[in-house]
Amino acid sequence: MNRRDDYRRELRAYLTGLGLAVVLSVLAFGAVGLAEGVPGAISRSTVVWTIGLTAAVQVVVHFRYFLHIDLTRSKRDDLQLILFSALIVLLMVAGTLWILGDLRDRMMAVL
Amino acid sequence: MNAQGRNYPGINLDHEPQTHAEAEEKVFGFWVFLMSDLVLFALLFATYATMTGATAGGPSGGDVFELKSTMIETGLLLASSFTFGMASLEIKYGGKGRLFAWLAVTLLFGALFLGFEWRDFATMIAQGAPPSRSGFLSAFFVLVGTHGLHVTAGCVWIVVMMAQIAVFGTARDVKIRMLRLGLFWHFLDIVWIAIFSVVYLPGLVR
Amino acid sequence: MSGADLWHLLFGKLSADALPFYSAIAATAAGVVVCGALGAALLITWLGRWRYLWREWFTSLDHKKIGIMYVVLSLVMLARAVVEACMMRMQQAVAFDSAGFLPPDHFAQLFTTHGTIMIFFMAMPFLTGLINFVMPLQIGARDVSFPMMNSVSLGLTTAGAGLMMVSLVLGKFSTGGWSGYPPYTELGFNPGVGPDYWIWAVTLSSLGSTLTGINFAVTIYKRRAPGMTLFRMPLFCWTALCASILMIFAMPPLTVATALLACDRYLGMHFFTNSLGGNMMNFANLFWLFGHPEVYILILPPFGVWSEVIANFSAKYLYGYRSLVYATMAIAVLSFTVWVHHFFTMGQSADVNAAFGIATMLIGIPTGVKIYDWMLTLFRGRVRFTVPMLYALAFLLLFPLGGLTGILLANPAVDYQVHNTLFLVAHFHNMLIPGLLFGMLAGYHYWFPKAFGFRLDEVWGRIAFALWVAGFVLAFMPLYALGLMAMPRRTDAFFEAAYLPYTLVAAFGALLILAALVSLCVQVWVSVRRRRETEVFAGDPWNGRTLEWATSSPPPDYNFAVLPQVEGRDAFWLMKQDGRAYRTPDRYEDIEVPRNSAMGPVVGMAGAAAGFALVWHIGWLAIIGVLTMGGALIARSFVRHTTRTIAADEVRRIEARWRDAVAASPGVTRDDETTPANRGHAAMEVA
Repeated sequence: MNRRDDYRRELRAYLTGLGLAVVLSVLAFGAVGLAEGVPGAISRSTVVWTIGLTAAVQVVVHFRYFLHIDLTRSKRDDLQLILFSALIVLLMVAGTLWILGDLRDRMMAVL
Repeated sequence: MNAQGRNYPGINLDHEPQTHAEAEEKVFGFWVFLMSDLVLFALLFATYATMTGATAGGPSGGDVFELKSTMIETGLLLASSFTFGMASLEIKYGGKGRLFAWLAVTLLFGALFLGFEWRDFATMIAQGAPPSRSGFLSAFFVLVGTHGLHVTAGCVWIVVMMAQIAVFGTARDVKIRMLRLGLFWHFLDIVWIAIFSVVYLPGLVR
Repeated sequence: MSGADLWHLLFGKLSADALPFYSAIAATAAGVVVCGALGAALLITWLGRWRYLWREWFTSLDHKKIGIMYVVLSLVMLARAVVEACMMRMQQAVAFDSAGFLPPDHFAQLFTTHGTIMIFFMAMPFLTGLINFVMPLQIGARDVSFPMMNSVSLGLTTAGAGLMMVSLVLGKFSTGGWSGYPPYTELGFNPGVGPDYWIWAVTLSSLGSTLTGINFAVTIYKRRAPGMTLFRMPLFCWTALCASILMIFAMPPLTVATALLACDRYLGMHFFTNSLGGNMMNFANLFWLFGHPEVYILILPPFGVWSEVIANFSAKYLYGYRSLVYATMAIAVLSFTVWVHHFFTMGQSADVNAAFGIATMLIGIPTGVKIYDWMLTLFRGRVRFTVPMLYALAFLLLFPLGGLTGILLANPAVDYQVHNTLFLVAHFHNMLIPGLLFGMLAGYHYWFPKAFGFRLDEVWGRIAFALWVAGFVLAFMPLYALGLMAMPRRTDAFFEAAYLPYTLVAAFGALLILAALVSLCVQVWVSVRRRRETEVFAGDPWNGRTLEWATSSPPPDYNFAVLPQVEGRDAFWLMKQDGRAYRTPDRYEDIEVPRNSAMGPVVGMAGAAAGFALVWHIGWLAIIGVLTMGGALIARSFVRHTTRTIAADEVRRIEARWRDAVAASPGVTRDDETTPANRGHAAMEVA
């Protein structure tokens, strides 16, 4: 494989990433804009779900096309590191929300 | 080590084996640092989430956030991520002049992003929503401000790298630093995705 | 501008009121600090050693020297914190129906500094120092992955420790306990500088520890010698790896907690305040997200030390190596799932408490596995009762007691009963003294000959050991009883006669611990004086099994002239068995080692200055400090020549001198290990 092909392949990856990221961001912002501009056009929960899903996909897109992480070709050390970090973050964030949400319900519900 | 020379995550810059050996350790170290930083952000997010209701009679997100400004900031940061990618490609394939140009464009986008963020903050404070107004606003300013500080650090880093490229050219250690700066810059864009998806957009949905 | 304004601009909140002349005890403490610092500086000047210290130690990037400096720092801080502990025990011994000699405010400062120092400036530097010194040698590496960052970590930790010492002289420290809970540490309750000292000292040290964790983890992943697979690593390296991973992920919550508290105090924000939406329970949550993994950062490296010491002084392979590794990993992961047990009584529902209580009890399982593995390593071993082994035996007896009381506390219903009593104080001291401190002391005795080339005095080592154990038992077992009798922790005076006998015994125990500390000092003195009799330059005084013993004592700058080829677990033991040890390589090569750098001291001093300036609201100094740190980093990135080369001939000369020493030393049998016959060359004995 020569350098020119390499260059094109990598450039294409960046362009793909940019395109996908733009589409996903526009979807999320568009949903919010629609809810704001046309009351009743779209339910709140639909908007929130749209935001959440597009965000999750966009994070994956950035990892894949900008940071060049994928499941097959990355070295195991690095992939393990990222997955372990994700586990720890999940434990900490979910735990925090659970504990403080529970406390709020029990102690500060009146406020 | 396969034919594509994908030895470590992130942009593989070079074809020299020695660069790979040295880069592998340093880039891995930087990934570990980023993961530590990720935990820091995750906790700021969690704190923010627990404090969204703590407006203490003051403004809530919907009262003070601006959709248009957030959109512009998102576009700027995404564009800067892409232009940094172009700079990475120039290190690998191209020449110093275009590398400089792409870095300068990245820096410009970063600075514009900071400018808009600063304007947002100033507007909010002028509207009676400074960080000392409520727990919610404290959490907002610290979360978004910490990201802003990271972007500021990234901008300084870009300037330093431009100086190093001017002085040393694209020597091996400069390349490895560019690799790490790239990880940092793309990582900040990912954090921004979380910020507009957790802070701004849900705050604006009524 | 008025004079007062100018003063405030230049010196912030500093004024003559900051001096500790409000009480004789505080003034004495400040005097000791000032005289100690001046005395040390004068002594070094008189000996003309400043240049030597700067060149050979402060700016050195050699992991071995950085490790030793960490341990020295921790021993200095240990001395202060033990004295504070003794003062608190004395107070509780005399403060029955009286005020005692310490006013409540001073007592509160003492328990705060005692805890803060013991965790952040004694335990953390001690284990960081041991890992720094030992781990690269054990995995057959020449240094850590990022030697300059290593020195910066030391600088930041020392800066934090320096702030702690300065707080004795200028201003009063926090009264909010080592965990710094709001509202005690909020502006509304404590507008003084104490909590600010706590915030910046802890923040500096936690930044240092995060960097250290990254450094160690990358070193273990990327710098292992050829053939040193992960499952051939000595267990100490496994525990170092897991502790490092915990540092990487558990330090950020602390940084967040202290930073948000600083936002409240400096910028008028409302994270943990009582008003305008603040929620102090967020702090408890963030703090213990750090605090619980921290407990395992503290205990895992000693577990590694026990594994090395027990296997070595039983002359056996470690029993159940794989189970120990998996247990270590399990503990590391589980440690992120149990933090609520530090605040069961905060008011969350029983469901939350039950989940975290069960997770807590689960940790008992891998820990139990470890205890049995160590006991089975002893079984039918060729056991020698050296000082490290004595500590190990004391650990095996005392630590499970603390563990069992921990299982009791893991039950939320029980926890409600003894919450905030001395029972808890007894429990965690029972974990940390036999577990952590004895482990560190065992490691100190075990690896001291490796670091300095001579053994520590056995007799004084045994005296110190006996005093530590007796002191610990007498000082802390009564606290269990007192806790069950409902005596609250952090009490400066009491009116219940039934407590008195126990507090008297505990005070006596504290004095024994002080005597133990003095014995350690005497031991160093005696050992240095008799160092010719106990010299072990050949490098293998304990018939060692792992690679650190395959070098001279002290090891050369480059550790290994040729990176060792590892064939299995207990690599050096295998080499000795196969006759591959001490073999002269075919040829030597030039070796690159990191060149000295002033980055560590510069960043440390700038960090200390920034911390001090923030405490006293001296704006200009804070800005200069922070800019200096950033500027130094940027300047450093322009330095190209960061290594120096040791020529092959030089390496050959150094190695030849060592090999000659090995050849000249008679092999010593295990029976004679503690006699002057031990010159650091072990005789081959059957098993």
